[in-house]
Amino acid sequence: MLFALLLLMWEFGSRLSPALQSYLPPVSRIFRSLAELVISGQLVSHLMITLSRFLQGYLLAASIAVILGIVLGYFRLAHSLFEAVIEFLRPMPSVAIIPVAVLLLGIGDAMIVAVTVYASVWPVLINTMDGVRHLERTLIDTGRTFALNRRKILWLVVLPAAAPYIVTGLRISLSIALILVTTAEMIAGSRGLGFFILDQERSMNSSNMYAGVILVSALGYVLNRLFVLGEGWAMQWRRGMLAQESV
Amino acid sequence: MPLLEVQNLSKTYRQMGGDTTVAIGEISCKIEPGEFVSFVGPSGCGKTTLLMSIAGLIAPSAGQVIIHGKEVSGPPPNLVLVFQDFNKSLFAWRSVLGNVRFGLEARGHRWRQGEDKARSLIDLVGLKGFEDHYPWELSGGMQQRVAIARALAYEPEVLLMDEPFGSLDALTRLELEDTVLQLWEELRTTILFITHDIEEAVYLSDRILLLSQRPSRIIEELPIDFARPRNQVITRSQPRFMEIRNCIYQRIRNESALS
Repeated sequence: MLFALLLLMWEFGSRLSPALQSYLPPVSRIFRSLAELVISGQLVSHLMITLSRFLQGYLLAASIAVILGIVLGYFRLAHSLFEAVIEFLRPMPSVAIIPVAVLLLGIGDAMIVAVTVYASVWPVLINTMDGVRHLERTLIDTGRTFALNRRKILWLVVLPAAAPYIVTGLRISLSIALILVTTAEMIAGSRGLGFFILDQERSMNSSNMYAGVILVSALGYVLNRLFVLGEGWAMQWRRGMLAQESV
Repeated sequence: MPLLEVQNLSKTYRQMGGDTTVAIGEISCKIEPGEFVSFVGPSGCGKTTLLMSIAGLIAPSAGQVIIHGKEVSGPPPNLVLVFQDFNKSLFAWRSVLGNVRFGLEARGHRWRQGEDKARSLIDLVGLKGFEDHYPWELSGGMQQRVAIARALAYEPEVLLMDEPFGSLDALTRLELEDTVLQLWEELRTTILFITHDIEEAVYLSDRILLLSQRPSRIIEELPIDFARPRNQVITRSQPRFMEIRNCIYQRIRNESALS
């Protein structure tokens, strides 16, 4: 309701003030541009490129981070070895790595996926590590008393038990991955939604620019929804438990 | 040859400040196959440490545990420990059936194979109909039954139980005592049972080993020869039952007074 009201204010405010229109065009015009760009296929190809980079970066990061997180969480020796490095790199804003990546990998897909992986690893790694480290001793001992080897304990006990923590990390990384892809595309890309948005801004084409912004937001929204659905399905066993706790 | 032998076992814990606590002073005992043996002792006397050492989950400071002639150095493959804290031991992400299946999977059964066996065990512990429930949906007593069924699905030769009914209410405890006896009669597993409930030990066991205060050692061994199957009313109302119980109680009180 409030949202609709704001949109209406935007629409009329923009139409009534010619000065505003160059950088805040009417909503209706933005949607018209959006429709034209989508139909012409131009925006869709940028979308696909961004999506592809996102998926590569996010999935690669998730795989690396979950495995590394479990190892660092479970094996105290490994953890103490890497602790200093992690605590040092962790607070660094991941976008700062983009120029470094450009230097090392040039501009293009490899660089963009690389920075996405770098940024997306952190939330999953930290959350996974935390989850594993805080698992109940009794739970691990239960796995051990059944004479399971380490690999089986990690796969059958540690991984499922830490799953809620891992999922939290994955959810955070989802947003971060999209942010990094878009940012990297803006800074040093020649294709993709991030590039498109910046490019349209430079060409003073604000309608198209906003159209791009809307599309990337929609992408983020859809990805988030899909994640929540997937999480609901995978973590079915928790839902009832949490529901009971909240009573 | 006894199935299981504890030889001069001792365990010392090192604390943060450099202090040491001698949990187990020196314990030696022999367990024959099929026996139901209880360890009884005052709180903090190292009963859990003892069981964890036998289970290979803790390394002793001195002495050894021998099973089938082989020294234990890590969880042996024919033994399972049922923990006191079933809440922290059961797998929240698996249903009752899934938890029991875990015991079979650990045994090496392929996924589909063990379903019938799992279901019959669930029935045996009195949880028929709850196969698809999750642990959080069950009462404490039911959860412990699941833990027991899961342990039995592994087909262990030796079942260790660490105060399994300690956190349950009195009535549930009596129920589960009988459930364990039934299972034991049927499966003839060797059971090592820890409890601080003297009467429970007398009711269940073939033999009771009394532990002293920390640093613990075995101060007495009592054979219990009431007729089996035991009965909550008949067995417990025998005069000899109370005699034994009082004797144990006195012994433990004297031990506590000494320290």
